[in-house]
Amino acid sequence: MRRTTSHFLWLIAPAALMVGIFFLYPLCFSLYSAVTLDSGELTLAHLNKAFELYSKDIIFTILIVLICVAILAVLSITIAGIITLSPFRTLSKTLGFLYRLPLFIPFIVTAQMMRTFLAKNGLMNNTFIASGLLTPMETVSFLGWSGIIITFVWKQLAFSTLLIAGAMAALDDSQIRAARNLGASRWRILLQIILPQIAPTIGVAMVLSTVTIMSVLSVPLMIGTGTPTMMTADMAFRINSYGDYHVANALGLVSYSICAVLAWFYLRQNLKEKGAQS
Amino acid sequence: MIHSPIHLLTKRFNKRYFQANFWLQCLFILLLALVLFGPILNLLIWTIAERWYFPHALPTQWGLKYWHQVFNPYSDVSGSLFNSVFIAVLTVIVCLLVSVPAGYALSKQTLPLRVFWMLLFLLPQAFPNLTVYINIARIFYDFGLNGTFLGVIIVHSVHGLMFSIWISVAAFSTTDPMLERASRNLGAGPFYTFFHIVLPQAAPGIIASAIFVFLESLDEFTGTFFVGSPNISTLPLLLYTASMEGNYQIASITALILLVPSVLFMVIITKFMRPDMLSKLGK
Repeated sequence: MRRTTSHFLWLIAPAALMVGIFFLYPLCFSLYSAVTLDSGELTLAHLNKAFELYSKDIIFTILIVLICVAILAVLSITIAGIITLSPFRTLSKTLGFLYRLPLFIPFIVTAQMMRTFLAKNGLMNNTFIASGLLTPMETVSFLGWSGIIITFVWKQLAFSTLLIAGAMAALDDSQIRAARNLGASRWRILLQIILPQIAPTIGVAMVLSTVTIMSVLSVPLMIGTGTPTMMTADMAFRINSYGDYHVANALGLVSYSICAVLAWFYLRQNLKEKGAQS
Repeated sequence: MIHSPIHLLTKRFNKRYFQANFWLQCLFILLLALVLFGPILNLLIWTIAERWYFPHALPTQWGLKYWHQVFNPYSDVSGSLFNSVFIAVLTVIVCLLVSVPAGYALSKQTLPLRVFWMLLFLLPQAFPNLTVYINIARIFYDFGLNGTFLGVIIVHSVHGLMFSIWISVAAFSTTDPMLERASRNLGAGPFYTFFHIVLPQAAPGIIASAIFVFLESLDEFTGTFFVGSPNISTLPLLLYTASMEGNYQIASITALILLVPSVLFMVIITKFMRPDMLSKLGK
């Protein structure tokens, strides 16, 4: 059997080459550039400089990621839980349609919407004024760290809920029914029966969201207010203003390391599932 | 059955509890709807606002002035729109050419190192890609690919490849291997069998992956920002520039042009992509 399928490897070759040349090579190049001088000697100078100049932004980025991921986890589990467990079919159907709305809306469009929506004279503040909650003088602009969090959560919620709701839908229905028959409340079913079984999926959804948040350049540029800002904006600044690839790549190395811990979990989970099947 | 007072009481309590739950969930959905539609509504207002400043709650002057400006044949928008669609179409072609054979091969469970290959194509999604784009731009600079269509198409294709390969694998996995074997046994060649028996069965999934890659390319910002600019302007780059210059009307109209295909595709794909189906993706 092996002989008949090994010639299929030729069919993968173009795709593998593309990923190799245009993804793996630049990736390795960035790692190399982060820890070497122009002459090729190993050095920690770039990393030191990156920490010296941008340690505030690194902490800011980590905090943004953690807050976003926490809000995302709570909201997507709530939405997916209502969809799976709600006794009201129409409500869960409406919710099922509603939450997916931002799924394919690009980040740049989300950023533009939020840039005007969250501004001092945006629709959000205007609604508060019209409903008498605030006076025009009390309004504040949400552009800045809170705006960045709102934008990321608004956009990523659809994706993480889709994954989590999918995992919940794939669970064996009879367990939930058995628990209900034994008198468990819906909250208890969600917390003690569903969540432990879909924990890996929640992990994967959060890791993918982290990687996305750490890759998006448009949101910090358009919603952020200068300092402190996210590492992506710093890297772009380093390149566009100084052409300083070393420090930019050193920052890249830091962002890889933040994701690597999480990505390891994600890949291992995939490997386990794939390994069990093939 | 005898209804004791206590029984009736718990029943009434349960009903009230049930109703409270209903209204609570309604409230949650209403709030979510407000949060989701608020920014979109704000965008729509900006596209037809000619003058809107603090502290006015709504624009002081409405009109389609900026729409005329945008759809003027000499405006930047029509040029960027053309660039965006041109790049997206070519990206789809490149991705399909590469991922259809790869997806077909990877759908064979007996393929050597199958897990390794699948993970290789997952990799671009497991790293923050900004750093990679920076370095691609640097490498492309040496080859004169910066600011060319070819460079941008390559960057978009690598980004789209993961989606197109994973969706094609799922599409080819649903084909019936018996039909393929029957066709070969009846004397058809491998190419004839692939194009007449296997490919038609996988076509819906492949079309879905093509739409996906098209949208991803249309919306791509970061890669184009480093590799394409300033020579090549796509809609996302134009949106960014307009927004940073404070030209919110132009930015909002551009955003709306990008928003429409995204939401349309979401509505179409909801019919095909149920969450329980999605959990089977990549197996």
